Amino acid sequence: MKPKTIAVVGAAETTRMGRIPDMSVIGLHADAALNALADCGLKPSDIDGVATAGASPVDLAHYLGITPTYADGTSVGGCSFMLHVRHAAAAINEGLCNTVLITHGESGRSRVGAGRFGGSASSLAGQFEMPYGPSGPPTMFTIPVLRYMKTYGVTEEDLAMVAVVQREWAAKNPHAVYRAPLTMEEYLAAPLVADPLSRYDCVPVVAGAQAIIVARPDRAPKGRPGVRVRAHRASYNYDNQEGDGLQTGISTFAAALWQEAGVRPDDIDVASIYDDYPTMVLAQANDLGLIPGNDLARFCRVTIGEKRFPVNTWGGMLSAGQPGGHAGGLNGISEAVLQLQHRAGERQVKDARLAVTTGYGMTMYRYGGTAAAAILERVE
Amino acid sequence: MPPRMLPEPTPETRHFWDGCKAGELRLQRCTECDGGSYFPPRPFCPYCGSRKVEVYPASGKGVLWSYVINHRPRPDMGTEPYAIAVVKLAEGPKMMTNIVGCPQTPQALPLDMAVTVTFAKQNDDISLPFFEPAKG
Ligand SMILES: [Zn+2]
Repeated sequence: MKPKTIAVVGAAETTRMGRIPDMSVIGLHADAALNALADCGLKPSDIDGVATAGASPVDLAHYLGITPTYADGTSVGGCSFMLHVRHAAAAINEGLCNTVLITHGESGRSRVGAGRFGGSASSLAGQFEMPYGPSGPPTMFTIPVLRYMKTYGVTEEDLAMVAVVQREWAAKNPHAVYRAPLTMEEYLAAPLVADPLSRYDCVPVVAGAQAIIVARPDRAPKGRPGVRVRAHRASYNYDNQEGDGLQTGISTFAAALWQEAGVRPDDIDVASIYDDYPTMVLAQANDLGLIPGNDLARFCRVTIGEKRFPVNTWGGMLSAGQPGGHAGGLNGISEAVLQLQHRAGERQVKDARLAVTTGYGMTMYRYGGTAAAAILERVE
Repeated sequence: MPPRMLPEPTPETRHFWDGCKAGELRLQRCTECDGGSYFPPRPFCPYCGSRKVEVYPASGKGVLWSYVINHRPRPDMGTEPYAIAVVKLAEGPKMMTNIVGCPQTPQALPLDMAVTVTFAKQNDDISLPFFEPAKG
């Protein structure tokens, strides 16, 4: 094993997911953290690094009674938690700390009446976007969707496959908020939110939290396979918002990611691709090189539709829900860890050994400006 | 209905909003490199970092690049669905806007439709640049 190897040694979510009116946001973070610690046989005092977004990492340390030597509050939307993993790996290798707790949690309902979307009236978004009526991420991130469909020849029925198949996975996840089967007819008949997007293109906001623990592989419990971070890359503001929004920052580093990992897209057994909207799954998968010949329609109908390649096996945020506010992003990593440890229950992908996970987020001026991806590997 | 959310100009963007008030869509470009026009406004070139930039009146012509039709109108935007659009200007940059002078339906809003700027006065300081289907 390489000397700088970092692993995800523990992963868990809150004891309950969905509606949790009796727990505060910080309480959700702590509940997931304690479950993740129990998952890998560690105690709070074993943690010397803390990372989270939304909440303050120092508030979380205080709440848990931890005195860390490392804290990371990087907060750039749905990509934050992928970046916490990246920063934790660098910090451990630099000797800043040894064992990092990463949490994400939101009380979905508490967002009601939260600060206005889009920032102050004198910010760039306040001057050049908000006067035209965006009312939240579904009316901002999604503007390129029609262009996407025209450029790549993707239909509503193609896009539906992403949501429909993720719902099939969700049926096998006891914590998913939507578990009943979703038919193509139901998808196409759903009320419009931001035409062409309808209800099932948008993630349900839920209460809950996830936590993972990143450390050297020898911190993993005896007898359980570790999950090594084989490669990790990130990109910020990759096209200065001057492109067409049909690619992501993943396009800038995909070749380097695969090279560092020493594997190819064909080798991947399971993928967790940040699914704020179905088109974004396709954009990231395409940038990663998972879609031969850029044939997005075929990828939807055959690769996803016929379940030839498992994507977002916990149901994704589209079916399992997104702990609101700072967006999900940690749930995809948690799922990949469970799959690689062969602990994913009914939804286990047989013999899963390699996973790719991504994050995408932070609306800047029109579309997501931050992207990250990692290749994770089962280590016996 | 609450008043519409309006921009609050800063010193770096004042020329743009003054232009809208005067019925002129003003862009900026660098005089030191070939990077071309850019938007939103800033007092330096985003391609080379030079502060030697100029403001000039754009053609006001463009094409409808993409959009969504918001079916859950923001309270200050009324009760009917409206398109939130991005227009690609003839000079290159893209900007967010609303499309006026046509129904807010997919049928009336084909991608790549030619559009022209029009200014809608909101108060003594602010006119918003909207776009309408090009005539002829
Ligand atoms: Zn320049």
